[in-house]
Parts: sequence; structure tokens; C-alpha cells
Amino acid sequence: MSALQTDVGDIERLSEKDRERLALTGLEVGMQNRCGSFFQIDQNVIQTTCGAEGIEMIPIKAALEKYDWVKDYYWNAVPRDKDKYTQYLAKQENPQGLVVIAHEGVKVEMPLQACLFLRDEPVQHVHNLFIAREGSEINIISGCASSWQKERGAHIGVTEIYVGKGARVTSTMIHNWSPGISVFPRSATVIEEDGTFLSNYVCMQPVKKIDMYPTARLVGKNAVARFSSIVVATPGSILDLGSRAILDAEKTSAELITRAITTGGTVISRGHILGEKDGTRGHIECKGLILKDGVIHAIPEIEGTLTGTELSHEAAVGKIARNEIEYLMARGLSEEEATATIIRGFLDVKISGLPAVLQEQIDAAIDQAESGF
Amino acid sequence: MLDISDLHVEVGGTEKLHDINLHIGEGETHILMGPNGSGKSTLLKAIMGFGGYTITSGSIVFRGTDITRMPIHERAHLGIGMMFQHPPAISGLKLGKLLAATSHHGNEALEALAQTVNMEKFLTRDTNVGFSGGEIKRSEVLQLKVQQPDFLMLDEPESGVDLENMSLMGKEIANLLEKDVHIVNRRRSGLIITHTGYILDYLEADQGHVMINGQIRCHGNPREILRVVKEKGYGECLRCKQM
Repeated sequence: MSALQTDVGDIERLSEKDRERLALTGLEVGMQNRCGSFFQIDQNVIQTTCGAEGIEMIPIKAALEKYDWVKDYYWNAVPRDKDKYTQYLAKQENPQGLVVIAHEGVKVEMPLQACLFLRDEPVQHVHNLFIAREGSEINIISGCASSWQKERGAHIGVTEIYVGKGARVTSTMIHNWSPGISVFPRSATVIEEDGTFLSNYVCMQPVKKIDMYPTARLVGKNAVARFSSIVVATPGSILDLGSRAILDAEKTSAELITRAITTGGTVISRGHILGEKDGTRGHIECKGLILKDGVIHAIPEIEGTLTGTELSHEAAVGKIARNEIEYLMARGLSEEEATATIIRGFLDVKISGLPAVLQEQIDAAIDQAESGF
Repeated sequence: MLDISDLHVEVGGTEKLHDINLHIGEGETHILMGPNGSGKSTLLKAIMGFGGYTITSGSIVFRGTDITRMPIHERAHLGIGMMFQHPPAISGLKLGKLLAATSHHGNEALEALAQTVNMEKFLTRDTNVGFSGGEIKRSEVLQLKVQQPDFLMLDEPESGVDLENMSLMGKEIANLLEKDVHIVNRRRSGLIITHTGYILDYLEADQGHVMINGQIRCHGNPREILRVVKEKGYGECLRCKQM
């Protein structure tokens, strides 16, 4: 195991409560089911370790020094001047974050974990690059959380993902913030020929605001992108989420799937697919469940510029149908059990190709939140 | 087993069932016929306890327990079960998960049960989503096989089912009603809504009732009632009560 920096002691010194919060985002301190790990508290990288041959996990500064070509990927998919958050990040003299490099043809099913923890500082900033070179396959689970004691703060993150020819990247992000934290991820992915990008996003816990609109640009023939989001907006939370796919090469396809629940907060579910090449296909699906008065605002956009593109969307927002609850009650479930069973089904977005450990992580996040419904 | 006395039921502020009296003994199967909109499904739903079916007077007693105001799931726990004619499609909820949630059976036992009604491939499908008429009925039968109610209400088990499925369904329903058990030892009872009477090809019924305009008009031998309705329509029944 090559360890650039490892100080698991720092992780072990975290309070029990914080460790629990991190576990819910998928952090495995013991690394039983992880082949690599990156852990950043505030602006301090405290762990970078990777045991998989042909996969590198390196803090971004070290990566820029180690490989000359990494700079070609740095601020490439996400422009520096995109908005005030990227500008803030671009100004940092001491960039923090993680670079994952999957070298050509390397396939690893066991996930790499990247954990970003906000504890003492007002703002955490991070810049990640995930580079999957030709024919490689990686699964990355990013857990982001804040300390239970943390009342206010912000997380600003840029993640640039490059899926090479025939490569496959599964990126699963689980958020576990606190009611006073604002979060501004700025992510973009470039997918080359025959590449596949699967993005899963789960946020079931209170947060002040999340504002993100990750974009995938499919630049090579037959490239595939799929975004799945499962979110719950609790009272006081504003989740302004979206995902965008630019079908910029022949026979590319994208699917954007959202399951949103409000128990009093606001979810804005945006989606945009642009079909501008022949043989492209895209579909947006947003289903919203209003459990308690709150807002679910679905804004799906599909935009085609030629006859050879086929785009569709479906959106539905409402409460749980009474007849569904009574149907299950007639089979012997109490009203609460019936409701929970239906909600669990609603959130059950099985993502094909997702490794079992990642699916378990998503299920665990749902289980945790379910007790609050 | 089931005693309904002087039952009046309102739906949306309008009385739909008037002064229903019905007694179903242990081990008995009764047939309920009647024109569309006469209130047959309303009666089943009121017995099950669905919201929106308000009992304004009268009582429903099941095995000595007054269930008139009891929540649906408690009625289910007492042994009342129902096959829905138009069950809701529940997006996301896999049939297998539904069965697991409503039973103590393990996955293997559920799979074996599913095979008996050719539903094993549907366990990983969303419940009733995109199911054909026959598949919906098989899904209902499977759920009831898991539930094993002592009193079984069936709302038009024949509707939308092809002949091959009908044969399978008929046999399974007969099993659920313990038709293979000697009449002396049979404990399960049923109330079946039918328009065609096809279900009688697979099981014997003990009594028939005809409902018209929210009232039970005639009682009698089920095959005789079926014959009269086939020959003369429901007009005859309307007159028989008035005589």
C-alpha cells in the first residue's frame, strides 16, 4: 500500500458523533470495502492512501507537480470565471482537493472514498479532478459532512471529471450537512467515445442551502451519462439542484432522474438536455413527493436542434395517494408502516451497474432519514 | 363469521347502501350479484374499512367483534382479506418488497409461492405497474396467499382474465377458501362479486344475493339466481322484493 500521507489517528480522534455523521456519508475508517481513501478536514488533507494498482489518489498540489499533463485538466471542464464561487476558488494560492487518476485499462470495482469534512473553519474549499483514462473503470464515493457542532459555514467545491474513451466512472456523492451550512459544488464532466458516466447524489439530512448544476458534456460517439438524485428537503432547507447533459456527439444518450421529497423545505429540480447531434437520446424524469407543506419545483428542459435527436421528460409532484396507503393497510400494515413502505419504494431508484457496496451506502442513508418521516 | 345489521353507508355525502343485512356463516361462500353501480363494491370496501365509505348507522360484526369503526389493518389482522378489482399501481415499490413487508415469510418461501401463480418474474417489478389484467389478478391472489385471510372478499375475480388464467385463478381461490376441506371442517368464508358467474365453474357457493340500488333484494341458491338473471335480467329481482 503506497501511502503519501496517512494519519488515521486524526480520524480516530474525531468525536463519536462526528464519526457517526461521517459513516453515513460512506466513510469507512477501517477501509474494509475501500481500495483507496482521501480525507480532508477543513483545509487539511489528513489522509491519502491507495492500494489499487494503476490507480492514484494524490492531493491536487502534489498531482500538479508530479505530472505535467494534469494541468491540462485543471480548470478545463469548469471555467475559472464561471461564477463567484469558481472565482473564489481560482484565487486560492493553496488549492486543496483530490486528484484520482485511473491509468489506461485499469478496472477496479471496489470504491475509492473521498471524504470532505467541515469542522472549524468558516469556509471549506476543494478542487477535485477525477481522470479515468482510456478503458479504465472506477467507482468513487464522495462523502461530505460537517461536524455536529458546526452551526454555520460554507463548502465550495469544484470537481472536474474526465471519462476517457471506453472508460466508466461511477461517482456517488452523499451529503450530510447541518442546518446552517451552505454548499456550492461546481462540477462538470467530459465523456469521450464509448465512455459511461454514472452520477448518484443523495442528500437526506438538513442543510441551509445546496446550489449545484453539474454538467456532462458527451463529446465522443456512444457516450452515456446518467444522473440520479435522491433528496429530502427538511424545513428550512433549500435544495436548488439540477443536472445538464450536452449531447455533443452522435449516438450519445443521457438520463436525468430525480426523486425529491419535501417535509417542509424547498426543492428546485432543474434538468436540461441539449440534443445537437444525430442519433442522440435523452430523458428527464422527476418525481416529487410532498409529505408536509413545502415546495417542489420541477423545471425540466429539453432542447433539440435537429431531426436526429429524441428527447422526453416526465415530471409529477404530489402527495402519497390515499388508496395506495389503504391498499397496504388491507394487507395488514399500519398506516405508518404503509406510508414508510411506499416512501421507501418511491426512493428506490436502482442504478444499474452500481456496485453493491455503493447501493448499500445509499440504502443506509435512506434508512437513516426514514426514521424522520 | 360475518354479521352485518341495518347498515347504511355514505359516499361523498350521498347514501349508497341502505339497510343492508347479511349473515355469512363459517365455511360459507356467498355470491353477490347486481347491476353496475348498484353498490356491490361499496359494500366490500365498507367491510374492509376504507376511508370515504362512512357508516352512518348499523354495525359490522366479525367473529363476535364489532369492527364497524376499526382501522383497516386491524380488520386485516382479524382475518379479513380482499382481492381488489382495480388495485393501485405503486411506482417504485417492488412486489417482492410489498410481500416481504406484509409477511413473515423469507425470500425463498415468497419465491416458491410466487411460482405457484407464475409470478416469480414479477417480484422485482413495481407493484401493479404495467401489469395486464391477468397479471393483476395473479398478483392479488399471490398477496392473498401470503396473507391467508379467514374471510375473503373478491371483487369480480373474472374481469380481464383469459381462460387459461381463469382456470389457475379459480383453483387458487378455491384453495384459499378451503374448498378441498370437508364441509364440516371448513372454516374459511368468502363473499364474491361476480357478473358472469364463471367463478362457479371452480367452486361451489352456498348462497347468492342480488343488490339493486344499494339494497339487497333477493337471497337464494346462487346457481338459480344466476340462471334467473341470465334469462330475465335484474328486473325480476327488483319486483321480487316489492311483492
